[in-house]
Formats: sequence, C-alpha cells, structure tokens
Amino acid sequence: MKNENKELSLVKKIINMREFMIVFIILIIGVFMTFASPHFLTAGNMRALFLRVSIASILAIGMTILLTSGDFDLSVGSVLAFSGAIVAISLTSGVPLPFAILFALAAGTFIGLLNGVIVAKIGINPFITTLATMMAVRGLVMIIMGGRNIAGLPDNFTAIGRTYFLTIQSPIWISLVLIVLFEFLLRKTKFFRQNYYIGGNPLAAMFSGIEVQKMRIFNFMLTGFLAGSAGIINTARFAAATTTAGQGIELQVVAAVILGGASLKGGEGTIVGAFFGALLMGLIINSLNLLGVDVYWQTFVQGSILLFAVIVDQYGKKKTISAAN
Amino acid sequence: MSNGKEEAGSQELILEAENVSKAYPGVQALDAVKINLKKAEIHGLVGENGAGKSTLIHIFGGICTPDSCKIFIKGKRVEEFKPHKASEYGIGVVFQELSLVNNMSIAENIFVNRQPVNKFGFIDKKKLNKRTEELLDIFDLKFDPDTKVGSLSTGDRQLIEILKALSKDPEVLILDEPTSSLSRGEIDRLFNLLLKLKDEGMAIIYISHRLQEVFDICDRVSVLRDGKYVGTEDVENVNENDLVKMMVGKELDSFYASEEKEIGEKYFEIKNFSGPDFNDINISLFKGEILGVFGLVGSGRTELAEAIFGIGKKSEGEIILNGESLKINKPIQAMRNGISYLTEDRHSKGLLLNMNIKENLVSSVLRNFARGSLGLMQDKKIGEFSREIVKKYNIVTPTIEKKVRNLSGGNQQKVLLGKWVGTDPEVLIVDEPTRGVDVGAKQEIYRYLNEISDRGIGIILISSDLPEVINISDRILVMREGEIAGCVPKNEATKENILAYAAGATNSGGNNRDEK
Repeated sequence: MKNENKELSLVKKIINMREFMIVFIILIIGVFMTFASPHFLTAGNMRALFLRVSIASILAIGMTILLTSGDFDLSVGSVLAFSGAIVAISLTSGVPLPFAILFALAAGTFIGLLNGVIVAKIGINPFITTLATMMAVRGLVMIIMGGRNIAGLPDNFTAIGRTYFLTIQSPIWISLVLIVLFEFLLRKTKFFRQNYYIGGNPLAAMFSGIEVQKMRIFNFMLTGFLAGSAGIINTARFAAATTTAGQGIELQVVAAVILGGASLKGGEGTIVGAFFGALLMGLIINSLNLLGVDVYWQTFVQGSILLFAVIVDQYGKKKTISAAN
Repeated sequence: MSNGKEEAGSQELILEAENVSKAYPGVQALDAVKINLKKAEIHGLVGENGAGKSTLIHIFGGICTPDSCKIFIKGKRVEEFKPHKASEYGIGVVFQELSLVNNMSIAENIFVNRQPVNKFGFIDKKKLNKRTEELLDIFDLKFDPDTKVGSLSTGDRQLIEILKALSKDPEVLILDEPTSSLSRGEIDRLFNLLLKLKDEGMAIIYISHRLQEVFDICDRVSVLRDGKYVGTEDVENVNENDLVKMMVGKELDSFYASEEKEIGEKYFEIKNFSGPDFNDINISLFKGEILGVFGLVGSGRTELAEAIFGIGKKSEGEIILNGESLKINKPIQAMRNGISYLTEDRHSKGLLLNMNIKENLVSSVLRNFARGSLGLMQDKKIGEFSREIVKKYNIVTPTIEKKVRNLSGGNQQKVLLGKWVGTDPEVLIVDEPTRGVDVGAKQEIYRYLNEISDRGIGIILISSDLPEVINISDRILVMREGEIAGCVPKNEATKENILAYAAGATNSGGNNRDEK
C-alpha cells in the first residue's frame, strides 16, 4: 500500500492541487472565449480584466492568511473605503502626500488590530466580530465623508493608481508583486507557516510553542494593512473616494479564496490559489459581458461556480480519506 | 528485556522540583508536589486520573504556570513557563497526541517552528525531509515525510509525537502514557529506545496507567494522589499491590473479579465476514460469554467491530442472532436487533462531550422517552432513568446535568457503558473499554462487564491490553492482519501464546474457525 502511494503521489499531487484545477478551468474558458469573441484576446481586454482583479487580489492575500489560520474578515471592504476616505480627506485638507498615505495605512491596520483583539483575546467569533466592524466602519465612512464622494485629488497621488509601466497599469503590478511576495512568505517562512498549524489545531499549535494569540492578532492587522493599501490604490485609480467603495467585495474575496483551495475550517490555502480564484471570478464576469449576457446572470453564475468547486473538492477529499484508510 | 536497574551513571540530579502547587477554580490540582530526577534514570510517575500527573508535566512542558514552585534544572532555577522555554531548558515532552496538527505533514509536525532554513531564511524542504527520514528510521517507519499526519493510525501518530520530542535533543524526556495506543511490537521498540537513551545519560519521566510497564522499564517510581505527593520508591523494593495501595490509598480486593460462571448456548454468529480490512472472519458467541478479541494495531479488530455494527464497510458476510439472519447496514439496524457497540474512541465517536450526562445516557434510546404523536420528551422519565444508571455504574458527579467533557476519563467511560447497556442489548461489543482509565475505574468496569455477562448477554471484548484480555475473557480470539490467527480458551491463555498468534510466530495459522 505504501509503494502504491509513492508511485501515485507526484502525478496525483499535481492534479489534486486546487491551483491546477482552477488554471485548467481558466484555460478552458480562455480558449472558448478566444473563439467566441474577437474582443477577448486583445491587450485592451486583458488589461481591463487584470485591473478589475487587482484590488480583490490584494484583499485576497490577507483573507487567505486569515483562512489558513482558521479566521475570517468581513470588514475588508469597509476598511478599503475607510482608508480611501482618510487619504482623500487628508489630501483635500492639505496634509502632505506621505502623511496622508501613512494615516490611511494606520487606519486600516488599527481596525485590523481591533478585529484581532476582539477575536483572539476576548474570544468573539470572527464572523460576528467582523460583521459588526464591517457595518460600523462603513457607517464611519459615511459620517466622515458626510455622505458625499470626494474628488479633485492631486495628480501626484492619483499617479499611484494610474501610472503605466511596460504598458501595464500600476495596480496590476502592485498586486502581482504582493502576491508573489506573500506566496513565498506563506509557503516558505517559519513565521507565516505557523498559520497552518493554528488553523489545523490551535491547541496543538499552542502545545508546540506557537504564540497563537499574538499570531492571530498579527494576521488581522496585516489584513487591515493590506485592505488599507487597496483602499489607497483604489482611490488613486478612480481619482475619487466614494462611500460605496468596496461594498460587497468581501464576499467576492472570500469566494475567490475558497475557490483557490482555502477552507473555512482552516489549515489550508495558498495565495496563488486565491489569486487564480479571483482571476476566475473576474474572467467569468468579463466573458459574460463580452458575450452580451444579461448582468443579472453574472452573480448567479459566480455563485454556481463556487458551489461547484467546493462540491468537487469535498468529493476529492472523501476519496483521499478512504484511500488513506 | 534487559532491566537496566544497575545504578548506572552518577547520582547527579538533573531536575529538582519542590513545592509545586497549582489550583484551578474549584480544584487544587497540585499541592506542594515534589519530584527529582537523576541523570540516566527512567522515573515512573503514577497515580489515578485526577492525581495531578498531567498538570505536573504541563508545568514542566511550559504549558501552564504553577502558582508556586521551586524547579531547578541542572541547578538553574526555572522562572518562565512557555513551551519554547521548556525546549531551551532541555525538556522534551511527549503529549498524548495533543501537539500534532493533522493537516500538516510528518516533517512539518516534527519540526514545527524549528524547520531548517536556507541562507534566505526560507524553509529548506530537502533538509527538512532528510532529517525527518533519519528520525523515522528510529522506529523503522517507512512513511514519506510529506505524509499528512491525519492519515496515520493512532499508534503511528503517537510514534511521531515521540519523535517530535526527541528531535529537540532533550536532556529530560517526559512521556505521558506513550503506550496507550501502541501495539506490542511498537512498545518493545519504544522500550528498547528508552533504555538506550537512558544509557546515553538521558533522564526520563515515564507516566503510565499500565503498572506492569513501570516494572518493565523504570528505575524509580513516584506516586501522586489527589494532587499530593505520596512517595518515591525504588522499583526493586515494591510490587504492583504496593503501588496500587499508594495510588488508591487503600487495599483493593482482587483486581479482576473472575468467578466461576455459567455459559449458555451459542446464539450469535458472524459468518464469512470480509471487508477491506478483514477477511473471511467467523465468530460465534455464547450466551453469558465474554469473548476477548486481541490484536495489534492494524489487525482489523476495530474495523471488524464497526462492520458488525453497520458503520464500517463489509463486502460480504452474514450476521446470525438466535438463528435469524440479520440485515445490518446502519447502526440503527444493529441497535434494533439488539447489538450495541462501545467505540474505542470515546471522545470523537462515543460521547457528546458538550452535552450533559443525562443527555448522553439517553442519546441512543430517545424514542423510549418520547410521548404521543408529537414525540415530546418526557424529562421526568429521562431524569429517573439517568439517575438510576449513574447510581448503578457509580458515575461520580454532583448532578446528572454535568457536562460530560468535565468528567474524568473513567467516569466518561462509565457514561458510555451506561448509555449502551441502557439500550438493552443482546450482544454487547466493547472496544478498548479501559483505555485511558485509572485503576479504580478499570476494576469497576471489569466488575460491570462480568455482571452484564451474568445476565446472559454475550460480550465481545476487543482490547490490546493483554492482562485484561487474559483475565476477563472466557475465550480469546487473536486477530492478525485482518484474519483470526488463533483461538485460546481461558485456561490455556498465556501472554506468550497469545502474542505468538498476534505476531504470526505460530504456524498453525489458516485456522479461521474459532469453534472450541
């Protein structure tokens, strides 16, 4: 039985990898769309697709790390708007650019800290905690912006989201760099790998000398920081802070991360997987747009794909379990 | 096994603990306990559940901070209690499976937070796997280091836990009931390893419920009772009865209550049972008989029992009760036909840990307490029923409303027994009924099993506790690699002949019949 396992392992491992499955689906849709629409495989459309995905991918990094350690954050969309509001208000009231950015990042990190302390120290369920902060922070955004959008931001700020490098717009570059960076960190460093232990079995992690509480708080802070960064980039790209920025994006991000192989039970997930998950979600919307499908169908299709993916995954897991026994 | 009882090495004390106290709300878990440990000795630590052994080793392992203590390791006072500090002091603790994460690989579990890194600070997977393989060689385990721990058997996980502690090169190794889920062969290998480590100068604290093991391997033994220190003895100077007396605080009457009893007619048969983990099994059970089923881990005994009960898979086979062939594909069918099964894994398969005693006791007989077409639960009847079982099986609890999670192992096991006997079975299958249970409760459980069989109920007792199987059973079947390797009547049963069957040393195999 052991020999069989070894022979099967390499090929099976690759095929079993969630990333493989998603890339495969992406390729199938890509090939289909290339024939179905002449506009699909154009530089313009590809740029639009990746630009659409970039913000969600940055949020997906933090969300993946949280999910691997068994936590969860619904407030990222609100934090994104909050950080956008802070940077915009700071700039329009004359704060120098570096400080405006610093304030926005600090605001995001602080809300992360708040989430982390409530979840890890006080022990409230992350779903409930971040549902509450999602609502409260969104409210805060409306309050400080007086319900109005803020435009007219200086060019040196909007450049953050509008510069082109090698014909590709900056948000795409930033998101790709962050994804590669955190993929390596989560896969290869002792510090970030602690999350898989915490997500797998927090008690065992504690017995193994991992500082579970501190690590969980750190993860929420990192997620807040990344959501803050996303808020700055988003505001720069649209040259405006809006009260509705990032509304509903948290569930899209959770969906993407789970598509990418993470589990709500913790202990699993990769950043690259989450990125492909986000890309798949974006690709579906892009394709349906190009095919002229009614916009109401788009959310339906996204939901169906998520369901399909988790059911296939569950089936695969059951098979591996019975094989192992 | 060589009993390394010569006064090996110096008398140098490597660990001295005095006045260790720790209180939890409502319990004084440790009350001024002391223990000292010499270089190159194996020091047994025994006591009933709740005696404070676990708390003491949690303190040594840095899991919890004592209220007061004077602990010196190589003359240095220990001030800070954190798991990583314990490793720095040179203490390695083998917890009872508590510190493994199922979704991580063997390698990542052994080297958690100590993975070798390359010059960029990234984990060096090659080195990690190589060092893991070196460790796996100690127990001759042939696993791929990337294997997820969750896919291993309980016994293998326990070995990994031991390797994890060893990988830190400790000077003091503490093992908390390392053998409760190991097979005989694995235990022998572990003991040889411990003796070797001792010869190399390691100091070892060995906690076990199996007193025989203390005599097999330990040089000195310390006893705790109710959080208090009772004494330390040279193993040479005490016998099993002395230890039990120290643990319990009073004499116990003969441990295995076995009197002459009457065995009735054959009434239950398993015929040609085959499945993924067992092959062509034939068993017959007589009324009032306790049929022991002994086998090493992986022999298929639990899988067989689960298949009889309708949980596990079987490809073919027949179950006959009182001459009638039964169709059992689900537990409910087994229960309705009078077959009950006490799982070996009371925590994850047996009990509803977060529910109270009462709710647990009635969980498999709910319909007996439902009234009318709405099926309303009759709380008063449930209460009476539960109180009766609590009294009958001496479950120590202030109230039947207490959460099962907060009971001791022995009391939990008695709840499980009460729950299944409460279903009025005709056939009772018990799987490792005394695993992780203290001596007192063990003796009680043996008495209850005898009482149940006296009522004419046949009991299939699956166990890897050899003295238990030999002393309780009327007849013993030995399983090996999914087949019945032999059948030994009570009067012929010895450790040697049973182990010989279990390990495949006798070649009278192929005898899959168990008829007397």
